[in-house]
Amino acid sequence: MKMKLAILVLMTTTSAALAAPQSFDFKDPKGINNAGFKLDAPLESINGSASGIYGTVAFDAANPGATQGKITVATSSLIVPNPMQRQHMLGKEWLDATKFPTIIFESKEFKNVQTAGDTTTADVTGTFTLKGVSKELTVPVKLTYLKDKLGDRVPNQKGDLLVIRSNFSIKRSDFNINPGRFEDKVSDSIEITLSVAGASPK
Amino acid sequence: MKRYLRMIAAVLMVGAIAFWVAAGANPGWTKTRVPKRVTDEVTGLEGVQWQDKFVPGVDFLGAALLGAGILAGVSYFVPAKSK
Repeated sequence: MKMKLAILVLMTTTSAALAAPQSFDFKDPKGINNAGFKLDAPLESINGSASGIYGTVAFDAANPGATQGKITVATSSLIVPNPMQRQHMLGKEWLDATKFPTIIFESKEFKNVQTAGDTTTADVTGTFTLKGVSKELTVPVKLTYLKDKLGDRVPNQKGDLLVIRSNFSIKRSDFNINPGRFEDKVSDSIEITLSVAGASPK
Repeated sequence: MKRYLRMIAAVLMVGAIAFWVAAGANPGWTKTRVPKRVTDEVTGLEGVQWQDKFVPGVDFLGAALLGAGILAGVSYFVPAKSK
């Protein structure tokens, strides 16, 4: 009887451990992870990107809909090609990077989850924080789980990779970034593209 | 003096246009960094690496042409021969 109980406990513990979500770290040693942004402007659209991305996501390949995580972008890592535009963008009047050094998206709930092979698409509702203003957003995401592929990307490391892609738009006026001002020079709408990969070493 | 000012204005104008055209005739703003797209073979992600490069834009061209215009304009107020 005791033996059966011990086996049952062992099986339950093992299956729980196997079903536990993996933690993926999104600090990218290769510097590929990036968040792109685009704003329409009269002469040419303002295209830039940010590379200072970090955060963790708990992902369970057996239950992708239970994914939880938080991705942070360092505001100072935002780059645009024109130096004066970058200075203005990070300055007090626009993003105020000194006072608000991070841009954060923290997931709360996954909906419309569809998984085919290693790829999951879903609509993620979460809190997006920019310039100190937090708003609830629902954004489409595509998750690609690459089992045992960490070693192909980072030599001498074993583990899995999780790739997250997302495209969505926000309005700068919703985040107190010069609301109602300069709309003839810079559009209110900002298109954002997130392309990041996280690692879960074993 | 009048002649020199006009010559400098002409050189500035031609030089700025030639430089702007040679650098790709960028119809946008001046850039000091340009993005280079890189693809990660394992994840398929496309990243951006910023490279330092000066690409003159229409603001650069406009400033140079304005400078040339001012020099040419000033030349009209300079006496033909200074004694």
